[in-house]
Amino acid sequence: MDENSSARLKRRLLGIVHRIGLFLAMLTICLPGLWIVLSSLRPTVEIMAKPPVWIPQEISFDAYVAMFSGIGKGGIPVIEYFRNSLIISVTSTIIAVAIGMAGGYAFARYRFRGKSSVFLGLMLTRTVPGIALSLPLFFLYVRLGIIDTHFGLILAYVALNVPFTIWLIDGFFRQVPKDLAEAAQIDGCTRWQAFWQVEFPLAGPGIASAAIFAFLTCWNEFALASQLTRSVSAKTLPVGLLDYTAEFTIDWRGMCALAVVMIIPALTLTYIVQKHLVGGLTSGAVKG
Amino acid sequence: MKGFKPSAPFLLLLPAFIVLAAVVVVPLLLSLYSSFTPFRLTKPETFFVFVGLRNYLSILANTDFWWAFGRTVLLLTIALNLEMLLGLGLAMLVEKATRGQRILRTLMMFPMMFSPILVGFQFKFMFNDNIGLVNNALQSLGITQDAIPWLIEGHLAFIAISIAEIWSSTAIFAILILAGLLAMPKEPIEAARVDGCTPWQTFRYVTWPFVMPFAYIAMTIRSLDVARAYDIVKIMTDGGPAGRTELLWTLVARTAYSDGRMGMANAMAYFSILLSIAFTVYFFNKLAAARTQIGAEW
Repeated sequence: MDENSSARLKRRLLGIVHRIGLFLAMLTICLPGLWIVLSSLRPTVEIMAKPPVWIPQEISFDAYVAMFSGIGKGGIPVIEYFRNSLIISVTSTIIAVAIGMAGGYAFARYRFRGKSSVFLGLMLTRTVPGIALSLPLFFLYVRLGIIDTHFGLILAYVALNVPFTIWLIDGFFRQVPKDLAEAAQIDGCTRWQAFWQVEFPLAGPGIASAAIFAFLTCWNEFALASQLTRSVSAKTLPVGLLDYTAEFTIDWRGMCALAVVMIIPALTLTYIVQKHLVGGLTSGAVKG
Repeated sequence: MKGFKPSAPFLLLLPAFIVLAAVVVVPLLLSLYSSFTPFRLTKPETFFVFVGLRNYLSILANTDFWWAFGRTVLLLTIALNLEMLLGLGLAMLVEKATRGQRILRTLMMFPMMFSPILVGFQFKFMFNDNIGLVNNALQSLGITQDAIPWLIEGHLAFIAISIAEIWSSTAIFAILILAGLLAMPKEPIEAARVDGCTPWQTFRYVTWPFVMPFAYIAMTIRSLDVARAYDIVKIMTDGGPAGRTELLWTLVARTAYSDGRMGMANAMAYFSILLSIAFTVYFFNKLAAARTQIGAEW
């Protein structure tokens, strides 16, 4: 055998190994989610069957119908939870983005003393574990009478999201060249006008991704929500999911269906932002 | 310009400072104070009794606490290292793919957007000893006849939790490292190859130094959020069996809300806060060093 053909063989082998590796990795990533979707469509008998039934015999949307037709079998008011989640996430996202835009702009466009430590300080407020923060908040909220209300949770989530929103939006403003706003100011814009008419539209897609990211953080949060909400009037979906496990007979199919309801908005939004998100996080890591 | 004007960045950052002070800093000061009291939810008057360091001393003498603390550090060490390695591997696999890279990247992000509580539920379902996918598969393939008690036996439960944790967070590393790989200019690699570097040397001395800041960004982001393991453990085992998977955070929650011993719980919570801060500051410094090393502006 000459060197040429052995090199070719080696390359082909490597290609096959690469494909197998990629396939296994993607399988590991996707399988758990797909299994949940599949289980939500199968009758409970099939989920519980021994020996296991691998190929679904019948598919139905019963679990979803039961879940959304008022208080279902498990007595879990999914519609209310969904509404609470939506109200809380949307409101706190809007506020957090407004605050984050101001802060991010300050970091991207101004030089000031202790910039790096202020940034680190902001990030450190984010590191406080939700459960540790929930202790004093629980106590304070009870005193102020805002426990188990939308307002209380919105307030907490705004604070939760502000640091990371600032980080992302800072990155997006850095990508907009300074010269553009300066040129606009020379042409007679005020700084305020230059911001809204030049810089904001250019950083817009990035800011939208930061908003979606903040929304997802609220949508998925559990540690704070589980302690600061008590009843149907404020409980969010992740807390609602735990309701199912609290029962004596776990309704696996119902839980799977609720899980799918929770993940669909998240996945859709992720798909929209994926490109910008990475850009915002990494700008400043390398010159560019 | 006339008269005194507060600087623009200060005004711009003011709303952020106010919100964070109201919701994070002041409550934390309150909890710092209450960690020096024997405060119980059922006895509000105990809030004003000052006992000094008694809570902290009794925590330091508490073996359950140290087990939970050690377990938390162990879980984080295992999880963060494996996530880093797997993320790097995944990013390189995807980068090498010639076709369908866009769809691969989308799939890769998939776990990142799963709420931790969902990740916990999904693995609770899969690791269920009776109806779970893992045991069913093992039995169907004839590897074992018995139902392996994944979430019921202490060590296995720890492994199951680690797997859930790694599954959910590898994506962050993979995505950011991939961004680094894609942003990297190709000339240095070709030059290294022409100069006779082995693939390993090319990776170690050319690719890795370039990708490192991206890996540290991922580490920093990840360390901001290490406490989300609480959600996963809460739904998978709730600290059980018999406290064998108890982490710092579940212990805090149990002490505070089940036992109602707020003062003690706050003292424990401070340990968990310091742990998180230590992780973040460490990686943030690494990130800053990596940034200056490749000469980026900050």
